Amino acid sequence: MCFGRSRRRERDPGRESEFGRHSRRLRPASLATGTRASRFPQAVRVDFMAYIAKSEKSEPTGFSKILHLNWGLMLLVLSASALGLIVLYSVAGGSWHPWASAQAIRFAFGLAIILVVAVVPVWFWQGIAVPTYIGAIGFLILVELLGVTGMGARRWIDLGFVRLQPSEFMKVALVMALATYYDWLSLEKVSRPLWILPPLAMILIPAEIIRNQPDLGTSVLVVAGGLFVMFAAGVSLLYFAALAAAAAAIVAFVIWSRGTEWQVLKDYQYKRLDTFFDPSLDPFGSGYHITQSKIALGSGGWSGRGFLQGTQSQLNFLPEKHTDFVFTTFAEEFGFVWGMLLIAIYGIILGYCVVFAITSRNRYSSLLVLGLGGMFFLYFTINMGMVMGLLPVVGVPLPFISYGGSATMVLAIAFGLIQSAHVHRAR
Amino acid sequence: MIRDEEKIHKSRRMIARRGILIAAGQLAAIGILADKLRVLQLTQASEYRNLAEKNRISVRLMVPERGRIFDRNGVVLADNRQLYRILIIREEAGDFEAVLDDLGKIIDIPPDVRAKKIEEIKNRRSFVPVVVAEDVDWNEFAAVSANSPSLRGTSAESGYSRIYPHGRDFAHLIGYVGSVDSRDRLRPEDRDPLLEVPDFSIGKTGIEAGMDLTLRGKSGIRKIEVNAYGKAMREIDRTDSVPGDNIVLSVDHLLQNYVHARMQEIAAGTAALLDIETGEVLALVSRPGFDPNKFASGITQKEFDEILQLKSSLVSRSVRSGYPPGSTFKMVTALAALEAGAISYSEKVFCGGSIESSNRKFHCWRRGGHGRVDFVRSIAESCDIYFYTLAEKVGIDRISAMARRLGIGVKFDLPIPEISAGLAPTKEWKLQMRSSAWTIGDTLNAGIGQGFVSATALQIAVMTARIASGRAVEPKIVKRIGSSENDHSVEPLGLGESWLAKVRTGMFEVVNNSKGTAFKSRTVQKNLLIAGKTGTSQIRNITAEERRRGVVRNEDLPWERRDHALFCGYIPADDPKIAAVVIVDHGGSGSEAAAPLARDMLIRAHVGEIPPLSAYPESQREEIRRQQGNLNVLRQKPATRARSRA
Repeated sequence: MCFGRSRRRERDPGRESEFGRHSRRLRPASLATGTRASRFPQAVRVDFMAYIAKSEKSEPTGFSKILHLNWGLMLLVLSASALGLIVLYSVAGGSWHPWASAQAIRFAFGLAIILVVAVVPVWFWQGIAVPTYIGAIGFLILVELLGVTGMGARRWIDLGFVRLQPSEFMKVALVMALATYYDWLSLEKVSRPLWILPPLAMILIPAEIIRNQPDLGTSVLVVAGGLFVMFAAGVSLLYFAALAAAAAAIVAFVIWSRGTEWQVLKDYQYKRLDTFFDPSLDPFGSGYHITQSKIALGSGGWSGRGFLQGTQSQLNFLPEKHTDFVFTTFAEEFGFVWGMLLIAIYGIILGYCVVFAITSRNRYSSLLVLGLGGMFFLYFTINMGMVMGLLPVVGVPLPFISYGGSATMVLAIAFGLIQSAHVHRAR
Repeated sequence: MIRDEEKIHKSRRMIARRGILIAAGQLAAIGILADKLRVLQLTQASEYRNLAEKNRISVRLMVPERGRIFDRNGVVLADNRQLYRILIIREEAGDFEAVLDDLGKIIDIPPDVRAKKIEEIKNRRSFVPVVVAEDVDWNEFAAVSANSPSLRGTSAESGYSRIYPHGRDFAHLIGYVGSVDSRDRLRPEDRDPLLEVPDFSIGKTGIEAGMDLTLRGKSGIRKIEVNAYGKAMREIDRTDSVPGDNIVLSVDHLLQNYVHARMQEIAAGTAALLDIETGEVLALVSRPGFDPNKFASGITQKEFDEILQLKSSLVSRSVRSGYPPGSTFKMVTALAALEAGAISYSEKVFCGGSIESSNRKFHCWRRGGHGRVDFVRSIAESCDIYFYTLAEKVGIDRISAMARRLGIGVKFDLPIPEISAGLAPTKEWKLQMRSSAWTIGDTLNAGIGQGFVSATALQIAVMTARIASGRAVEPKIVKRIGSSENDHSVEPLGLGESWLAKVRTGMFEVVNNSKGTAFKSRTVQKNLLIAGKTGTSQIRNITAEERRRGVVRNEDLPWERRDHALFCGYIPADDPKIAAVVIVDHGGSGSEAAAPLARDMLIRAHVGEIPPLSAYPESQREEIRRQQGNLNVLRQKPATRARSRA
């Protein structure tokens, strides 16, 4: 898996895209076996042994794929989920009901999703990326229409045990579609203005629909996630610099325009900004959450107050203590050491994504994993940043910890895709 | 091929570069997060911990006062009593046993209660308040409040408990409140944070449950700064709670009390009285009853067992129990036949005591038969053969359609969760529920209100009111919520006035013709004449064997196999104002057990006081006088009206 091995590799005559090595979809079986046999005459056939030896360079098949998952990554995901269940148990005042038990069922379901998505070849997921994206757009519009005509302001579809928000699935569908686009597009064209437009449209159309729901937080996440893939694909840094400059200019103008006749935002929106920068201005309004959250975090200290002993999070009436503000309970009861451990788990997961992307020979897989990793990164940094008072309060859950159905399902799909890219990587 | 290889290489170089940039960015972000966490949890830890301990902001829900329930005259039926209790928080008390000792000098804490409370305080998490004294009086409350600086961790709070001044009379109708249980919490449509408040009470049965959301009110929020001892230092913000709306019911508590008292001697039964003009329920009684105050203030297992020993006393019979309506159902069959044009008033049917249909013998209640009976006489003397014949001609579909039009088999829209729909059976119903085909015998049984037909007392009362008025009277129980009055608009029933008049004539003859089934329960005062219909509904089949041996007398049967006694009627006969139904469970014959009760109740409701003796036939007055003397009823007491706020 080191960089540069590609030159020694036999090329895949059956690949469709300009870059991809789509495993052996079209390669005759006999040829494949022959190649392998001649190269590695003493290859061990027993899958388990192969797994141990890691010398087998062929792609696993059937159930043996399970053995070829990246179990280190799985272990990280499972331990983060276990921490999540413990916190939800504590938030409910030491009870499985109502959150921890429901979340445990979702985790079990999520695990099944990861396994199913992982054993399906990544080229299949690439093949359905565009239909999936179009379907997700359709779903967004459908929900929008139904929401207008008769079902009230519903933004979700109820499957009984879990409510699904199409906007959540849009995040994954967008990353898949953009990765497919840049896998198809030749490298010289990546930074040409004309070829920048389709991906921008692909990002902005769903973002606008979601913003219109209205769900500004998710919309911003979708845009940011899309930009991640464009960045990874090699779109010229100049564009990003221009974007950053434009954003800075807009912010500056917004701040400058306050009180003048060109004032951009409403007064109350400025107030909200003020309280974000200084929560003590409004300790019982919008600053209330942040103040309480900081007090809870701060009183955790090195080792925390102990399991089920978090007075702040247990006593206070933080309405999102089991969803968006779950980290406060975690950090208050378990303290700095465990808080850092959770951050480290997230960090290692991201590290794995980057290393995989760099070493993978499949451009689609690389972009997909970087995009999904980026999405995951946005989730937890925005959530933690918000809880710690670094970012304004927006509704973003903490991955694997927060209570919630859609987020769990989407994370499971995302990590299933990452595992699929891993299992079906070109060897 | 080589070009492709180059491209892959270029792509990988680009991804590697960008990947490293991304990694660097992500690492930086994680670094910022980690550093912020370090600053919050380590550098500023003591500062925040102080904030948490010393000056924390506590948000407290304020429980709204529950709406009261009044009767139509403004007499309170469900009231709130202010109650004070003392709480202790272990974390703030420190040495809580010492605090309990100090507290014991002010209020009385028996040693066994003290031991139990210490156990409870130890078991609860340190910051959860524990009630150490429930329902202390105001002086004790004031003393504890005044001394609270020296009693660390204690606080005195006031709350409400529900009382029912007319306890037993309204036990089923108004129901009772109780503490929130897990079933209440799972109701998805009701996610009120109040349900999480310890000791919060919600309606469990009757009107209390049916109108719980109206009565409950909205919680208020108090944000207060508390110091290290849990003492409120300063109120920062407050949204007052909104008390629940008061409800005025259409019932009359004196009438309800009278009906209840009049039924004191029967083991089980039910009665319903309606205002025919508005459909307002004036009284709704189920016997046996129980004391709802026992539930509201927390019932002991022993008390609960006692209630359970009475014959299903918790069942709200008047709206819940479906009885076979028996002969009171004959008006339905009669009207169905008139509408279908299956009979003329003068057409006579011969009753010889029994008829045969599809190889089965169907008997009349009078073994010797009625001879030749016409329409009016068939109702007055309740001839079964006549109605078997009608039912066979008309068919079950028309009969049950008419039953539903008159209110039987219809679930009325009343805020009483126990309410049931009864049953006006159809062929489809039997096929579906019993998986067997409808037979002609089923139709015949249904024609006299037996078999599958089932009706609640309230439904029979509505049927009576509809027949008496010719309008689609809808029962109402709530007269006013807060200050908005309920309106009554009553549509005509759409039945021929001449048919109804003929049926009413039959019902008049029931009571006022010397051959009528309820002649013994007649009235003689001109303006207090009543009309009605008796019913005696079998709850078992009489076998041919039993018939041969001679029909067993009801009194010789065990109680639970005896016939139900029913009577439905209205007063005054010429200008109907009030409809009543009395059902005596296993009471024997309707004319003996139910009709006299219904007569008294109708007169009482119409004249508004204990029935005058002049209304009764002279021969009965002595007995009535004796019976009235024994009756234990409330008299009008102006004092009870004082607290009306509605």
